[in-house]
Amino acid sequence: MKRRYKLWATFAVLAGFHAAILFAGFLAPYSFSAQDRDAPYAPPSRIHFFDSHGTFHARPFVYGMKDDPENYGTYRVDFQQIYPLRFFVTGAPYKIAGLLASRTHCFGTAPGHVFLMGTDGYGRDQFSRLLYGGQISLAAGWIAAAFSILFGAIIGGLAGFYGGWLDDILMRGGELFLALPWLYFLFAVRAALPLQVAQWQVFLLLVVVIGLIGWARPARLIRGIVMSAKERNFVTAARAFGASDAYLLRRHVLPQAYGVMLTQMTLLVPQYILAEVTLTFLGLGVGEPMPSWGSLLASLQQYYVLASYWWMFLPTVLLIPVFLTYYAAADALQERVKSVAL
Amino acid sequence: MGESILRKPGAVCLFAVIVCAFCTMSGRAAQRKEDLMVTKNAPGRFGGSITVAVRSDPKTLNPVLAVDEATREIIDCMNADLIHINRETQQTEPALAKSWSVSRDGRTYTLRLRSGVRFSDGQPFTADDVVFSFELYLDEKIHSSQRDLLIIGGKPISVEKIDDYTVRFQLAQPYAAAERIFDGLAILPRHLLENAYKNGTFAQSWSVSTPAGEFAGLGPFRLKEYVPGQHIALERNPYYWKADLQGCRLPYIDELVFLFVPSEDAQVIRFQAGDTDLLSRFSAQNFAVLQRGQAAKGYKLEDLGPGLEYNFLFFNLDNLADKNLPEIARKQVWFRDVRFRQAVSAAIDREGIVRLVYNGRATPLWSQVTPGNRMWVDASLAHPPQSLDRARELLKNAGFSWNSAGNLMDSHNQSVEFSILTSSSNAERTKMATLIQADLAQLGMNVHVVSLDFGAMVDRLLNSFDYEAAMMGLASGDADPTAEMNVWLSSGGTHLWDLTESKPATPWETQMDQLMNQQLVTMNYVQRKHLYDQVQEIVAQDLPVICLASPHILIGAKDRIGNFHPAILAPYALWNVDELYVQ
Repeated sequence: MKRRYKLWATFAVLAGFHAAILFAGFLAPYSFSAQDRDAPYAPPSRIHFFDSHGTFHARPFVYGMKDDPENYGTYRVDFQQIYPLRFFVTGAPYKIAGLLASRTHCFGTAPGHVFLMGTDGYGRDQFSRLLYGGQISLAAGWIAAAFSILFGAIIGGLAGFYGGWLDDILMRGGELFLALPWLYFLFAVRAALPLQVAQWQVFLLLVVVIGLIGWARPARLIRGIVMSAKERNFVTAARAFGASDAYLLRRHVLPQAYGVMLTQMTLLVPQYILAEVTLTFLGLGVGEPMPSWGSLLASLQQYYVLASYWWMFLPTVLLIPVFLTYYAAADALQERVKSVAL
Repeated sequence: MGESILRKPGAVCLFAVIVCAFCTMSGRAAQRKEDLMVTKNAPGRFGGSITVAVRSDPKTLNPVLAVDEATREIIDCMNADLIHINRETQQTEPALAKSWSVSRDGRTYTLRLRSGVRFSDGQPFTADDVVFSFELYLDEKIHSSQRDLLIIGGKPISVEKIDDYTVRFQLAQPYAAAERIFDGLAILPRHLLENAYKNGTFAQSWSVSTPAGEFAGLGPFRLKEYVPGQHIALERNPYYWKADLQGCRLPYIDELVFLFVPSEDAQVIRFQAGDTDLLSRFSAQNFAVLQRGQAAKGYKLEDLGPGLEYNFLFFNLDNLADKNLPEIARKQVWFRDVRFRQAVSAAIDREGIVRLVYNGRATPLWSQVTPGNRMWVDASLAHPPQSLDRARELLKNAGFSWNSAGNLMDSHNQSVEFSILTSSSNAERTKMATLIQADLAQLGMNVHVVSLDFGAMVDRLLNSFDYEAAMMGLASGDADPTAEMNVWLSSGGTHLWDLTESKPATPWETQMDQLMNQQLVTMNYVQRKHLYDQVQEIVAQDLPVICLASPHILIGAKDRIGNFHPAILAPYALWNVDELYVQ
């Protein structure tokens, strides 16, 4: 009972994360590329109920800010400017999942700005960019993981089912891929691509390449399961009834590996999200102004960002629960697969 | 000698004067009287050491073979030139040549050398060393990077010894900036290097593994030790040829140490921690970080204003006839239209670049010469502010239109979309490109920013021409316009926007060639300035490159460094290293 509860709880949390990312346009008060050139590296806006005179406001508000004349590039709270928070405000147009166009945002202020997580060096809202950035990063994780599992299933299945020289060739080939210094390989791929290709296409290509390179590990696991599954009595019986190899693989052998594939998938998704972060950190990711979690972290490479703007760390802190939930889900799945097998 | 004596500059000076007097008396028979150059700096105190950081290990210690900046910076502290450019005044001043005269036709330079000067190993310096050094620089087999500077009017300059302390240089044609070419050309000891040169092993001589005792130079310091990957230490050259107003021989400090610190951020942290005494070449953002701890940590920071670096955006105007790049060739129809380039320039928010990229520590630019180049900047050049209306009007006149979605379309109804190439190692230029991307989006242009590693980018700019637009920054080592010849001449190797020209491709490039060639042989400053002003106006008007901003030169130094007068020319804080002292 408890095990089942853990699985569904982690799935629910993950679904929540993904929904927030999917509806980024609605939840984010600003577009990911909107620059406020008067507010680079503005700190997070504090949301107040009481103003500087101690008066209570039923509607929460944020104060405006002004340049600090003594410290260029920093800001002071302007207590004269009160901007109440409003809900379901009209703002920049966006599309949800590329289909549903709208201009209504969950919250915002007009006039004034609300930067829940501060702004980056271009005066862009970090909170909006974190939500939009998730779209790229999660898509990257899922697409790459799907490619790895698909490839792994095909190759692992064939190797395990037929064995012999085919097994040797495929598995030695897999080891070759494991030994590949993929980062340098990706640098080479990127340098060879034409410039005319849109940035997100380049990026997608890189992600697919990562996915294709990463097939070897799931392929090994699947091969092992297939090897033991094909010796089972019901498989032998089916074969005796004249079932073809393809039928056996599809109906009897590979289904034995579905649990492992699902667990592998939940393990690979966060791993490939991190791969995206790494790629972008190294300048191989999507180009400006499109955000991804990697590009949000990339600015931390610079000492002055580390030393001066603590809110630039916030995306990092918020990514930890996402990864932890993924791993918890993988763990719960693993237990469930085991219990079903028993 | 006790430490207590060293703490009293007066006592040491007196001691030095006595030593000097003793040297001159005893050596008079063999040696001529030493012709010391007297500097005007405030007298400092002797002793102590200064530590600075450089990006990398020196690749060589041979001044003829050195190429990269870190290597040159170290080597320049151990060597001296005949005529030197004062980094503060940006004018030439006597160095190893105490005076010089120019013939009336501007083609013969006669240099009088300082007599009695000795190399750091005690051997005398004469005209033979000068002739020998120039022989090395001019030898094609040695491939010195300075050789190009010494080819004037297509012919190498000729050097001739008149007597032990007089040399004569002959130029094939009059050359306005002739004195300035001597700057940075180290004079080498013939007695140490002649054998290597004759045996054909010069390229291997004075490498980083050569023992310290085999070097000798005329600079303020000489090699003490080199620890690969860690530091190189230089010690005071006891034979240096400069003295202060009190007659004390420079330099003041005993030791100059260069630490190898590979990144800017690491250098900033080492300076903040007190490991280094001087800091240059760092960003405005790091300047702000350092400012916070300034008072407590005992260092000062200076913003010297714009240096000579100009950052710009440019479009690919190369002739792509023999390249298979139809897509770029199609877009070149826009790029070649000056109204398109003017519209892009008008739409760029230069003030925004200064504020967001450089934290306000930069100067917006409309042409290549920065206000830091006091002698050559065209002060009357117009500085039009950002104007999207003007940009739209220019585009309309050039046959562009906007579709219902607000996208800019050309006369063939193709949407205007192009990419800007930047180097991923230069965060500032990538940031500028991102701001420009947003500016141009307001005109309906769809711009992609592509950052590649520097090598891949340069390969596209110089060899494959597979790019549409790119961001670059250039900084000449010298303020004089001749240093920019290779950029603005249509045949120049850094004529980035079009490297395929065998003759000027446009009327304004023809005019620019004429102006640049004319200023080269014009001896009168006012006339030259007028010519170079016109070049700046062409750059601002016809926009082969769209100039954006010039970062300020930012310098940090510990409070205890005396005679600290940083300059906007490299080596910013070390140019007067012989006068620096520790308080």
